[in-house]
Amino acid sequence: MIDQKPSYLRGAADAIVELRDATKDYGAVRALRDGNLTLRPGEVRALMGENGAGKSTLVRVLAGVVRRDGGTMLVDGAPADFHSPHDARDAGIAVIYQEPTLFPDLSIAENVVMGFHPVGGFKRIDRRAMHAQVQGLLDRLGVRLESDRPVRGLSIADQQIVEIAKALSFDARVLIMDEPTAALSGPEVERLFAVVRTLREQDAAVLFISHRLQEVFDLCDTVTVMRDGAVVHDARIADMTPDDMVRRMVGRELSALFPKQDAAVGDPVLTVHRLTREGVFFDIGFAVRAGEIVALAGLVGAGRSEVARAIFGIEKPDAGHVEVAGRRLAPGRPLAAMRAGIGFVPEDRRQQGLVMDLSIARNATITRMGALSRLGLIASASENRLAKEWAARLQLKYHRLDDPAGFLSGGNQQKVVLAKWLATEPKLLILDEPTRGIDVGTKSEVHRLMCELAGRGVAVLMISSELPEVLGMADRVLVMHEGRLTAELSRSEANEETVIRAATGQVTEAAA
Amino acid sequence: MSVAADPAPTPPPGAEGARARRLAEWVFRVRELGIVAAFALLVAVTAILEPRFIETDSLRNLALNASIFAILAAGQTLVLVTRNVDLSVGSVLGLSAYFAGDLLSKNGDLPLPVVFLLGIALGAACGLLNGILVTWGQVPALVVTLGTLYVFRGLAFLWTDGTQVNAETLPDSFLNLGTDSIAGVPILVIMALVVVAVVGQWLRDFRAGRELYAIGSNPEGARLAGVRSERRVLTAFVLAGGLAGLGGVLFTARFGTVDATAGVGYELTVIAAAVVGGVAIFGGTGSVYGAALGALLLGTITSSLIVLRVEAFWQMAAIGVLLLLAIAFDRLVGLRVEAALRRRSARRAG
Repeated sequence: MIDQKPSYLRGAADAIVELRDATKDYGAVRALRDGNLTLRPGEVRALMGENGAGKSTLVRVLAGVVRRDGGTMLVDGAPADFHSPHDARDAGIAVIYQEPTLFPDLSIAENVVMGFHPVGGFKRIDRRAMHAQVQGLLDRLGVRLESDRPVRGLSIADQQIVEIAKALSFDARVLIMDEPTAALSGPEVERLFAVVRTLREQDAAVLFISHRLQEVFDLCDTVTVMRDGAVVHDARIADMTPDDMVRRMVGRELSALFPKQDAAVGDPVLTVHRLTREGVFFDIGFAVRAGEIVALAGLVGAGRSEVARAIFGIEKPDAGHVEVAGRRLAPGRPLAAMRAGIGFVPEDRRQQGLVMDLSIARNATITRMGALSRLGLIASASENRLAKEWAARLQLKYHRLDDPAGFLSGGNQQKVVLAKWLATEPKLLILDEPTRGIDVGTKSEVHRLMCELAGRGVAVLMISSELPEVLGMADRVLVMHEGRLTAELSRSEANEETVIRAATGQVTEAAA
Repeated sequence: MSVAADPAPTPPPGAEGARARRLAEWVFRVRELGIVAAFALLVAVTAILEPRFIETDSLRNLALNASIFAILAAGQTLVLVTRNVDLSVGSVLGLSAYFAGDLLSKNGDLPLPVVFLLGIALGAACGLLNGILVTWGQVPALVVTLGTLYVFRGLAFLWTDGTQVNAETLPDSFLNLGTDSIAGVPILVIMALVVVAVVGQWLRDFRAGRELYAIGSNPEGARLAGVRSERRVLTAFVLAGGLAGLGGVLFTARFGTVDATAGVGYELTVIAAAVVGGVAIFGGTGSVYGAALGALLLGTITSSLIVLRVEAFWQMAAIGVLLLLAIAFDRLVGLRVEAALRRRSARRAG
């Protein structure tokens, strides 16, 4: 076995960076344990795991964004401690983050070289050299972007390119990429991979995070698999199959996760006609029928949440309209949407879904205030009765109903948001990332609930970035790419490949 | 609604890129040119109604009045750009003004550069306190500087103990700074121009200055890019304080008489000047030059309304309206540009 290992698997002495038993706690939650990872010169290592498996925490520790609570880190074999991203950068570690970290008010060039501008006499910034350097980087990545254009208004894909250029702007020995390809098209991905392979030849180490298995098998030499906050497997890619990988990531059979039952499908509840919001989404049209679960899939930034917000009337579309049960909704009026029977569970639970300082009971019944009040006063006895009823139905784990909602765990918070909308007995429920950041147990309860609702004839529109969830739950999958619907797939047509192809815009024929 | 198999072979860069660039440049220029145009219009209209407005003495006063505000606005810009604010500049100016007057009336032979340096150092120390509370204390700048606004003013009252510094007790060499000219240009105006140019260049062409924009544009992004945000924000507050200290010394040189109320209410005028000059209150954009022009415009409006014998109430209302117009204009242009850029990049991608 040992003599089979290529150079990058030999001995720990030549590792550029090594994490041993690193841990990280956020309050009572242990986000990372058994954090073992080694990056050697000339190695491209994949970091795999489901959402919430702890990949981002591990990356943030390596990047100096958060400090680990336990374990050791070695840089070139010597113990090291990063107090800030600046320290990590000094050690030669470059990071491409998943979430945009750009400065919208500044030019592309300045975004790339921020803090490391080329300077001339008197340390004055040499703008010509800066633009030449950045333009060179952009050309190397094969994109036609002008380095002096402001970043504000760039598409997600172009923003990602700027992020990549930023990471490549100095001679990194370690390049960490957190889903760099999520928003890129085929040729752009190919060019990025060419750059990565060049870096490998120059003896840099690359840590690559992606949900596309094919990419991982094409590009990587080794793999680290994480599950539930811990590193659970470390191997050569050549020794693994895609099935192995998935099994180690999930730790159980996929089919056991989503207990989807078929429900009788009735008349259309929601019909969306040519909805357009300039520069955000265009010409969106679809229907959701009673008893049907429709998933809106696509990459982050494709405009899915914006469509949902426009349907619910939070934002006013520039063109098109929405009908609920055949009646046209007034645009830009959430109250009208609620009266028509739409419930909306937003993406950001903490900011938009709950009032964190209010009690659990008040949060769960806030949509029913009108029905609960007598002469403008809310009867707290009936409020508590209603809240208790829903808490029991959703198996909410709480201490007291008048505790602030912020005391609950993420999964239980989400149940309160659900309770709040279920109490209105909606005809249509819109769920934006309903299971993001909640534990596996609660996740399947949320899924069970969705099926139950569909069974009772509620129309469900679900936005989800988790492919297994989309494939497991949806009767029909609508896919968006850069603000447009690029595919409509039936349950039998939808699979990992068809959805990802449509989500990245690689579709030859579009569905309506 | 058809989608091409190959996403976007990018169009030739020339046309699109050049247009985006021209647009960005245009927005930048239109802001400062707009102020210059408004200034010219204002002076012209006032001069037609009251020809004495453009006599040398009157214009000279205009420039002198705007000078101290321009220096303060330059300092305020450094702080505003980082998505913070310094409300204490008026109080810092008062403290430094009384300090300089008191020092010179007791030690008339002290070299003037020493007085200036001490005044700036006093202001910088005040700024350091603000900066430490904002960065290490993690208290919002609005709250911190609102507090120190009162604290510094209170110190000034304690220190002056109801007395005031009179022009007669100050050395002539010092007072001449506020009135003399070199080649017809008042010394005070020259100093303001130098300060604005130096600070403006620093913010425009040096790494530390550009990092202030990054911090204001995306604080978390700046941290991830390895910008030492705390240190930079601290520097911005110290510089703003130092410039307010300089403003205090110049205040004493110009007016001669100083008591504990010197510079009361200046902070709002200064912030108004910066905002009128195109500095975004939420950070990330704006220039020192714009802010200085804003100070000139505000000062001119006040003067012209006085010359036209408009009542004090209407003077204030006019400044308020101008401020709202400036903000509305920025918002409108911002939205337009963002929509245009968005459409353009959507076309490019689709």
